[in-house]
Amino acid sequence: MADYLPHTDDEVEAMLAFLGIQSLDDLFAHIPAAIRLAAGATGLPEGRFEPDVADQFAQFTRANRATASQLVCFAGGGAYDHEVPNVVKALASRSEFVTAYTPYQPEVAQGVLQTLFEYQTLVSRLSGLPVANASLYDGATALVEALNLAGGSTGRSTMLVSAGVHPHWRAVVRTFARGTGHHVIEVPLVDGVTDWSGVNVDEAAAVVVAYPNYLGVLEDMAGAREHATRLGGLFVVAGDPVAAGVLRTAGDWGADVYVGEGQPFGTALSFGGPYLGLFAVAAEHVRRLPGRIVGETLDTNGRRAFVTTLRAREQDIRREKATSNVCTNQTLMAVTAAIQLGWLGTAGLRQVAVASATGAHELFDAVTAIEGVEPLAPAPFLREFAVRLARPADEVIATMAADGILAGLSVSALTGGPDPSVEHDPSTVLLVAVTERRTQRELDAYVESLRKAVQ
Amino acid sequence: MMTAAQPGGRAASIPLMGHEVEPTMFELSVRGRSAAQLRTTGIAPRTLESMVPASHLNPEPLVTADLAERDLVGHVTRLSHRQFSVDLGAYPLGSCTMKYNPKFCDAVAADPGLASVHPGAPAAMVQGWLELLVTLEERLCAITGMAAATLQPAAGAAGELTGLLLMRAFHQANGDERRRVIIPDSSHGTNPASVTLGGYEVTTVPSNERGLVDLDALRAALGPDVAGIMLTNPNTIGLFEEQIVEIAEAVHDVGGLLYYDGANLNAILGVVRPGDMGFDIVHMNLHKTFATPHGGGGPGAGPVAVSSRLEQFLPGPRATRVDGRYEWMTPSASIGRVHGWHGNALVLARALAYIEVHGGAGLERVAQHAVLNANWLRRRLADTLPAAYDRPCMHECVLSATSVKSALGVRGLDIAKALLDEGFHAPTVYFPLIVDEALMFEPTETESPQTLEALAAAVESIVARAATDPESLHRAPTHTPVSRVDEARAARHLIATEDDAER
Repeated sequence: MADYLPHTDDEVEAMLAFLGIQSLDDLFAHIPAAIRLAAGATGLPEGRFEPDVADQFAQFTRANRATASQLVCFAGGGAYDHEVPNVVKALASRSEFVTAYTPYQPEVAQGVLQTLFEYQTLVSRLSGLPVANASLYDGATALVEALNLAGGSTGRSTMLVSAGVHPHWRAVVRTFARGTGHHVIEVPLVDGVTDWSGVNVDEAAAVVVAYPNYLGVLEDMAGAREHATRLGGLFVVAGDPVAAGVLRTAGDWGADVYVGEGQPFGTALSFGGPYLGLFAVAAEHVRRLPGRIVGETLDTNGRRAFVTTLRAREQDIRREKATSNVCTNQTLMAVTAAIQLGWLGTAGLRQVAVASATGAHELFDAVTAIEGVEPLAPAPFLREFAVRLARPADEVIATMAADGILAGLSVSALTGGPDPSVEHDPSTVLLVAVTERRTQRELDAYVESLRKAVQ
Repeated sequence: MMTAAQPGGRAASIPLMGHEVEPTMFELSVRGRSAAQLRTTGIAPRTLESMVPASHLNPEPLVTADLAERDLVGHVTRLSHRQFSVDLGAYPLGSCTMKYNPKFCDAVAADPGLASVHPGAPAAMVQGWLELLVTLEERLCAITGMAAATLQPAAGAAGELTGLLLMRAFHQANGDERRRVIIPDSSHGTNPASVTLGGYEVTTVPSNERGLVDLDALRAALGPDVAGIMLTNPNTIGLFEEQIVEIAEAVHDVGGLLYYDGANLNAILGVVRPGDMGFDIVHMNLHKTFATPHGGGGPGAGPVAVSSRLEQFLPGPRATRVDGRYEWMTPSASIGRVHGWHGNALVLARALAYIEVHGGAGLERVAQHAVLNANWLRRRLADTLPAAYDRPCMHECVLSATSVKSALGVRGLDIAKALLDEGFHAPTVYFPLIVDEALMFEPTETESPQTLEALAAAVESIVARAATDPESLHRAPTHTPVSRVDEARAARHLIATEDDAER
């Protein structure tokens, strides 16, 4: 009889008497009998108390091998093992943030609203674009929203998407194009960099490039921008926000729209969610922004206050003419990101990027000296890189797990087969990420383990 | 019992929140301060210039905010004190199901055995996670009376769009191009927005004088070009669509599908199932019905369950049990991915914990008590604010302030704002659109009779004040961190970042 209901039996009786009915069942008397469920007919198990359910969950956790305490993480691909300090966990788990809803009543929601304003400021600076929204679900769905914005803005439906965009993101784009009718063209990579030369369209709604791309490579951004300009499409940059700590921003490269995955800022790996969709635009696209946006204003006493604004774009007002159907988004992850960035500070953000890059380059130099391990592409990278192995990547990953290492991601597991991002067989390509949490000892162990595994 | 002398539910800490404006983190920032403590890696330093071509490097450091840890903690804690939440007090925000969120479920999701797992790890290394997902899918199918589900959609609206793409794939597989989706005029705004993104046109059907779908109007709107209908049941007025069987027959007769918007699923847990009503596609809002918290506006989770004839179109990959092991499998005619990974996994874990604690009978009690509380509140306030439709409701009741407005000039918004001063969150105002001066109360099952009485007494006193001192209601709230905010100013002169503010 486990539940969280406060009512005593006497209280239930009194409430029923107040309503002039005999039983709780009478509350549902107007539901047609033919479709009413017989008691217990769902076949759900009986309820159990919390400690009993905790035992069930302990079985789940025991059956997970790829946890932080068992495997040292060198996997990335859009999900990274960054430091999340106790202070950020403690603040972000405050119940005022966790158990509120969308700030419809700003007089009692200044905590969430101001934190989102701070978040928007941080995303604006990271993207180099003036306006950020208050979050979307994840990077992949943020990209879908960017394409919808581009379609609405240009009145066109052709989307040129670099194959350097994460394979899952491209898959999500393809799914939602079924509804919007967008014509999605994936532009292949050659030597790890987008090759726009084969593009034979005259115009496009959007040109999308990832920076760095999912294989870690720093793309030719000026070249991509030129293609967007030539085709009259919006330039959409899918950028790693950690890289933004040191690289030129999307805005510097002339982006119209920035999208990104905000998980690296304070959110645990979490088996892929909840994550955080980052979204920012150039000023002329503000009225087409999807999702919530928080603005500064004054209260009736002239005090600074924050409120969700430009509401006329949103689904509850514009209905079928809305710019997006987003309602609930990922506010708690946005709040977490703002707190994490506040903790990192200017120097810490840079240090995360530099330390990750330093570890990645150290490891790249060491593993590419191993026979049977070759660089996938002769191109510059920052904190993640791909290598071609003499053996299938999934076998190497399984072998190295025995040494306590999650070696990376098999590219063919991400792409699900042949893909325009890899010129030859993707099944022997391993994607390796290094964060600021990895030590020289862990790198040394990785190199030794890989040396054995590729033999 | 239920005496007004008991202060149950009034958020008494509100006066402590104070009226001082909290500086932004950028205003608090002092260059040179730092809170970050990162690992000593032992890796030999390299310069960025040695790793990355200069053309890629930002010539200027990206400046964020620089705070000591103590100042960061103070800042965020003070901000949290300017925020109402379920944990603080009753939050009868209609349509949002702001019930109590068990701490146990948070703890389950925070366990590193779940939270530290990389989503791209091979299936063999994440068997526990896959078993959890399979178990949740089974539970959700049992609750809704459906055959299979995707757990990928990150929120209700994402579930809606996923459902519409499933509808489209189903018709296309039958070589059947259809054009329109029918929606009642009482629907949530996400429904029509999702229909447009799903590539369909919206046909709106009116509600009848009982607040339900007008069956004759629906029949007139149906035709061979109708892909389906989206319904919320109980609907957004908190009323059960009593003719649902007839509605389902009529839609199925023209080859259309029925989509169930699960926003109000809390009202019918263990009582009646969408599958038994005739629905083909069902989304659930786990943050509502299964209390995974709302997070200030997300993360949610919006799984979509379908009948067996739609299973082959579900997004993939799906966790699947194969010979006692768990694998990722993609359905044969899958519409593809709708999330970058596997959905909001930690939200899914919370929902499963909530379901396992309650079990079948516990979930039925949830629905019973939610409906009991809403009906008690409706009846208790009948002489103060009449219900828009005067008959038994489900988990929420839509009251109307029309009479107060016309007699005394006090609007529903004023009543909602005055409730904030009384220590309660406001109800949903001005929705659904078809009710004039709507105040939609959803007390949820976790509020006690004493809290409900205190809420009702607060509404009564506010309405009484409308006759004696209406001006005080136009000014309300005054005991909150800020008073009413100038929304027009925010929209007219957009300041969306600190950098705008400085310009």
